[in-house]
Amino acid sequence: MTTTVAPTSAASAPPGKSAGKSGRPKAAKLFRMLPLSPAIGLMLVFLAGPIIYCLYAAFTNMALTGTGAANVKFVGLDNFRKAFGSGAFTNAIWLTLVFTLISAIIGQNTLGLGLSLLMRRSTKVVRNFVGTAVIGAWVLPEVVAAYLLSAFFNDEGTLNVMLHAVGLPGQDWLYAAPIIAVSLANIWRGTAFSMLVYSAALSEVPKEIEESAEMDGASGYRRLLFVTLPMISRAVMTNLMLITLQTLSVFGLIYAMTRGGPGTKSQTLPLYMYEQAFSFSQIGYGTAIALVMLAIGAVFSLIYLRGLNSEAA
Amino acid sequence: MIARDRISKVVGNLVLLAIGVLFVLPLLWVLFASINRTAGLRVEFPTHPTLGNFKAVLNTDTTYRPVLNGIVLCGGAALLTMICAVLAAYPLSRFKSKFNRPFLLTVLFCTGLPITAVMVPVYGLFVQLNLVDTLGGTIMFMATASLPFAIWLTKTFMDGVPISLEEAAWVDGAGNMQALARIVLPLMWPGIAVVLIFTFIGMWGNFFVPFMLLLSPERLPASVSIFTFFGQYGEPNYGQLAAYSLIYTMPVLLLYLLLSKKLGGAFALGGAIKG
Repeated sequence: MTTTVAPTSAASAPPGKSAGKSGRPKAAKLFRMLPLSPAIGLMLVFLAGPIIYCLYAAFTNMALTGTGAANVKFVGLDNFRKAFGSGAFTNAIWLTLVFTLISAIIGQNTLGLGLSLLMRRSTKVVRNFVGTAVIGAWVLPEVVAAYLLSAFFNDEGTLNVMLHAVGLPGQDWLYAAPIIAVSLANIWRGTAFSMLVYSAALSEVPKEIEESAEMDGASGYRRLLFVTLPMISRAVMTNLMLITLQTLSVFGLIYAMTRGGPGTKSQTLPLYMYEQAFSFSQIGYGTAIALVMLAIGAVFSLIYLRGLNSEAA
Repeated sequence: MIARDRISKVVGNLVLLAIGVLFVLPLLWVLFASINRTAGLRVEFPTHPTLGNFKAVLNTDTTYRPVLNGIVLCGGAALLTMICAVLAAYPLSRFKSKFNRPFLLTVLFCTGLPITAVMVPVYGLFVQLNLVDTLGGTIMFMATASLPFAIWLTKTFMDGVPISLEEAAWVDGAGNMQALARIVLPLMWPGIAVVLIFTFIGMWGNFFVPFMLLLSPERLPASVSIFTFFGQYGEPNYGQLAAYSLIYTMPVLLLYLLLSKKLGGAFALGGAIKG
């Protein structure tokens, strides 16, 4: 299996046919782009469509029941005023930040990098065992992972059994520290992705460079910081962005573990949006929250694109 | 120096092993509970191991139909994704056009959008188009949601196939689609398989999309119907839940094993993603 990565920028498409026949009529050029149309069609209807719909509905009082159901009215920025004035919304924003910071940026990213660094110098048996365990957690369906970890963090669960064994007090983690529990669950489930990205990046760092740094007397820590990490900075950037974006939209894992509770102690933005739009039938308000999430995602996505572009230039 | 190297290697292996054990621990509960008739949330090896839980859930309503629905839904959506992605990747990878760069940037941008956030408007759209609770509509949406990433990965794999062979075919008068089907696809099938399998695995585990777009119990895939174990009547039957979880997980585990035996497993994916 080849993992060679060809140049990513479109500008580097092979010259071949196109260069030789640059004088072709416009129609023929359009014709050879035709295979793109199924993909473009689907994305226009099912991705661009909803986003445009979102831009409209977020400024209305649309609802499934009550006045907003009978006649949909334009309400300007009311939904956003309501959101930013509401304690539940700021709570959700805050929890989403904590969840993303702990589980993605600190947890998955650092653990994934650590694992891939350690795996380079480890024995084959150990490497295979750890790789299988970590990837296994990733391949498991979201809801199954959620049940496993609910049981793990439960009052009588494995974690408490282990804590009691070493004489530490246990507690029902899903009640005592729900956001920490779901963050750890997300680390368990998502670390494989970072590990794979970093393993691929590290496999392309020439051994000679690190060896020569070692000859020059650089310690392991300094070698990592000044030699290895700068060489995989592009992968770090890609990975951080992708896992941040994935983590922002985690729904099933938290929903199946805590339903956002107890109370609203683990109600991140996607769960808050779901509750408002469907449990309380406030579609207009729900789409306004969706728009806020889309905006956050768009900003991260643009930063990521800029990063890729400047690296490629 | 050599001794220090050896020590650091041993320590590294031990740390790795410890992390691996931590990743395996949560799995113990599901394994033990599935063969325990009176399982709770406590981790304990059953005194009388039994296959009763598996027997109890292996019936049409609980297991066969949801799993079949899942195969139709995720299989259909993954195939649709792959066909569209291969078709789209070909001109992007092979021809120079002013259109390529903006299109690829848009695709990359879309991979970043939180699909969860789109679900409320998608539900609205489905109501307008009368697509709520239809397998066809859900398949099309699931395919669209994974399309940006699939196009990106497929193009990366396709860029790795040298263009010289196609040039020979073009000279011999083959059309683009013929060249794609006869030359490019056979050369890049491992990449295609990697993208296809990971698309399927992602969809198989996806809970939110079918949860929102499908309503009738007889259309729900396994990822959603698992919630029926938590009925209105208090404590679920944990033993059966565990057995069902294992059965539901089996297809993706088998697919993943196939992938690792033949194609270098998930590490092939890492190579394509890292950019």
